[in-house]
Amino acid sequence: MIRDAVWRALDTVYDPELDEPITDLDFVQSCTVSPEGVATVRLRLPTFFCAPNFSFLMVADAYDAVSAVPGVTRADVTLADHHASAEINGGVAAQAGFVQTFAGSDQGEAVAELDELRLEFFRKAALAGQDRVARPLVDAGAGPDELAAMNLGEVPPSDDLSRMRQRREALGLPHGDDAPLLIDANGNRIPSAQVPLHLRRARLQRVGIEANGEYCKGLLAARYPAAAH
Amino acid sequence: MSYEKDGEKYYIVDAHSHFWDASRENWKPGREEYAKGWIDCFYGYHQLAPPETHWDYEKYLKVTPEDFEQDMFVEGYVDKVIFQSTYLYDWYTEGFNTVDKNGGLKDLLPKYADRIIVNGRFDPREGDAGLKQLEEDAKKWNLKGVKVYTAEWYKDSRGWRLDSPEAYRFLEKCQELGIKNIHAHKGPTIWPLDKDAFSPVDIDAAATDHQDLNFIVEHAAIPRIEDFCFMAVQEPNVYAGLSVVLGGLMHARPKFFAKVMGELLFWVGEDKLTFGSDYNIWTPKWQVEGFVDWQMPDDEAFTDYAKLTTATKKKILGLNAAKLYDIEVPAEFAVDTTAGETGAPGHELVDDTAGAGSQA
Repeated sequence: MIRDAVWRALDTVYDPELDEPITDLDFVQSCTVSPEGVATVRLRLPTFFCAPNFSFLMVADAYDAVSAVPGVTRADVTLADHHASAEINGGVAAQAGFVQTFAGSDQGEAVAELDELRLEFFRKAALAGQDRVARPLVDAGAGPDELAAMNLGEVPPSDDLSRMRQRREALGLPHGDDAPLLIDANGNRIPSAQVPLHLRRARLQRVGIEANGEYCKGLLAARYPAAAH
Repeated sequence: MSYEKDGEKYYIVDAHSHFWDASRENWKPGREEYAKGWIDCFYGYHQLAPPETHWDYEKYLKVTPEDFEQDMFVEGYVDKVIFQSTYLYDWYTEGFNTVDKNGGLKDLLPKYADRIIVNGRFDPREGDAGLKQLEEDAKKWNLKGVKVYTAEWYKDSRGWRLDSPEAYRFLEKCQELGIKNIHAHKGPTIWPLDKDAFSPVDIDAAATDHQDLNFIVEHAAIPRIEDFCFMAVQEPNVYAGLSVVLGGLMHARPKFFAKVMGELLFWVGEDKLTFGSDYNIWTPKWQVEGFVDWQMPDDEAFTDYAKLTTATKKKILGLNAAKLYDIEVPAEFAVDTTAGETGAPGHELVDDTAGAGSQA
């Protein structure tokens, strides 16, 4: 029961670079909850050298999400088989920031927290989201004039739409029903004449993110053969 | 050597190759975990190739010159191979694949010496000593290209930018020495980083300011292919190296291979893509055969992407790189390519005016 709630909490933790839940990516190696309410979660990644900044964010986010589940008395979230496992696991357990986590580490030290990095990847996700949301409309025959005039409230509800709204909200970009479907990085509506190129850019962004995800899934399956689907 | 299929002849330049030593004897004492972690990571990539091409782990750690000869020149169709070095002295006592180690194959395989092209390297943080070393390497190996790793840490520095004054000194030295191909590794890096270390944006100004140099961004900057394409479309002297794009996706993730190729062909163009097997991660044989047989799928999802012509494949597999490296290609293989020439950058795509044109 509590374990299900912990798993649902892990569903809300995203790989910031791939913009996919760590549960879908098979990054959760094990998840158990003791009768005393201690949740023990072990994460794993596609390679020994996955970038420590993104790795840290996932472990820290998982710790926060699991700790907030009612009935969980303590969260023990660790990363396995990674070159910075010791630093990351110690830092997250101590609820230290990224800088403090790597202070004095022979891996090298960090000089800044990761908020700006996270936002940069929200920006990428928000652009890719425009392709995910608009592509079915294009396929159904919507032209540049129609797409340029369209607001989010006119778009059929979907998971992709909800996610794009969330990413825009985090960035302070228009995300309500009256927000334009297609916007530039500053939130301005894309004029009709620029719609085709804008959609090309959005698609490139989506292909970039999704191709990265495919590499990661392939490498994870090679590293942990039982994980192959 | 070269490759022939259905009456078409392909001149093969493997523009991204290595001859590495990851054997246990070369693992630096105290750093074994990293030396092993590094090669294990590569061995993971190796698994993305067709199963019949997989090697056992022991062979993967270190191949012999005879293996190289077999994989590259006997079975691999390769006419010219270009070595890109990776030092990694932190973990490998003798280095992972240094310029001298790669170049040493010329002596070990004298029969193929004229088919092996050795690239150098530089790191602007090494200052005057680095400049001197570059001069010596250029003389020793007749360098036409170098490989650079901008994300590498060095003493207190967390990487460097190709558009910095320090880097410009080295780029100018390259111009002086006749080195015209700058291969930049934009890809995974290993240390804790405070920002995104994959970003290829520093290529932009460096390429603008050095029009007579060619900047080949290796691995097409995966995992930041979008940043790369947005930048490359503006710069006539920026190229994409396809190593890892073919090796990592063509077999393992064919749909994504098609999408990535479709995007690269649109944004960067067929005259600016170069094949690299990334040996010893993968062998060239299956990549050359597979790519010649490959075509953009007919499914609805790919209709916006261009189909490949035989000429496209010939250029990518060898003729583009041959132009960059002044390799003389026999007439029977030749197809025109604008690689190495100054062309107009795609301002219409940059300024968002292409959309207006495509509506007309």
